[in-house]
Amino acid sequence: MSSLTVSDEQVSATPAKVIQPAWVRIMHWVNAFAMILMILSGWQIYNASPLFGFSFPREYTLGGWLGGGLLWHFAAMWLLMINGLAYLVTGFATGRFAKKLLPITPSGVLHDVRAALTFKLGHADLTVYNYVQRVLYAGIIVVGVLIVLTGVGMWKPVQLHWLVMLFGDYPTARYVHFFCMASICAFLVIHVILALLVPKSLRAMIIGR
Amino acid sequence: MAKRSFLIPGVDKRLLIKDSIKTMPDVTRRRFIAGGASLGALTLLTGCDVVDSSSADALLAKVSKFNDAVQAFIFNPDALAPTFPESAITKPFPFNAYYDLDDAPEVDGKDWKLEVRGLVDNKKSWTLDELYKLPQVSQITRHICVEGWSAIGSWTGTPLRDFLKLIGADTRAKYVWFQCADKDGYNSPLDMRSALHPQTQMTFKYANEILPRAYGFPMKIRVPTKLGFKNPKYVVSMEVTNDYKGGYWEDQGYNSFSGS
Repeated sequence: MSSLTVSDEQVSATPAKVIQPAWVRIMHWVNAFAMILMILSGWQIYNASPLFGFSFPREYTLGGWLGGGLLWHFAAMWLLMINGLAYLVTGFATGRFAKKLLPITPSGVLHDVRAALTFKLGHADLTVYNYVQRVLYAGIIVVGVLIVLTGVGMWKPVQLHWLVMLFGDYPTARYVHFFCMASICAFLVIHVILALLVPKSLRAMIIGR
Repeated sequence: MAKRSFLIPGVDKRLLIKDSIKTMPDVTRRRFIAGGASLGALTLLTGCDVVDSSSADALLAKVSKFNDAVQAFIFNPDALAPTFPESAITKPFPFNAYYDLDDAPEVDGKDWKLEVRGLVDNKKSWTLDELYKLPQVSQITRHICVEGWSAIGSWTGTPLRDFLKLIGADTRAKYVWFQCADKDGYNSPLDMRSALHPQTQMTFKYANEILPRAYGFPMKIRVPTKLGFKNPKYVVSMEVTNDYKGGYWEDQGYNSFSGS
């Protein structure tokens, strides 16, 4: 963590390139906070009527009981949706998505996954995402959109009937919502491990450089 | 003139504060420290007392009220809940309550009367025989529980809006409030626009048979545009009112509108 304590003099002496602009950093951490609230309260709701033969441990659920979990879930959803929408709009409008996440080619992904697994993936220039990052970040944006659409659909299966029908119907939307959550959890684990393995990427997401 | 210092010369202010914090009772100290370091995301997530504090509860209650308003805004009185063919009916349709089936109310249909109160022209009580004579319609719709599961069932009865018209209810009132025979006195408010929805029904039959005890004999209010807990069973009275009178689950924290 010593890399976090860069002194003011160092920063001003060598004006480093901004890797993560302020809007990305703010929205990233707001999203992280909202997403964790959504996951923990979602586990509480899941436990009221499990889809599979297991429940989430009570210690990792939010709200104390179903009613409390629902209150958290339907409060944090606003934070998640508004922040997520702002992120999508800004990401497209500034061209950041196109510039940072594209192109994604199968050969590039294969090459970089192999390199990553053998710890040969370079991180010299953090402003350019490698193919592993591109696939994960683009993929998690798609999953984020899906989890919000299934969630809103299940919230309003009559008023927004067309939305649940996009996913089959109410019960199938529930499964899609669950598997999106599972994907986000898997992403979260990989994402945090990789960020810790390359601490300067974590620093860039905090102070920008 | 310089401000007079109340501090004893030679005593370090910071050490003094540190010492005084140590003399605070443990809980006060924790709150003091939590308040100071209230960037709190992590404190919140560890599930300690900050989460259950009344300020978090108050905020969540406010957002839930906001969500009531959003849902009332989204609610389209003409949007019908999807209907299904008979082959889609869930068998057996689940019994669900906060008590076992053995503890479900046992209502004697001969003694039972539906009481009508509040902003209505005709406050006469209705016997089951009288109610059975009203025109009935059937629907096969999906019942969605607040717990997440859902089941498709077949319900037959009188559209509530027809009954409200019949008794001369003031349909400009805000709510129809139902009271039930469940132990602990189940009750639930239904906003007037949902009460007037064409599919909202005073249900007397399930799968073309007299409503069994498990599903709310003698009368259930079927509201396919609401979550299950807003579909009261074993109904004994309805009151047309402008007052929000709360409900069994609503008072415990379930979102009051809970529309589908």
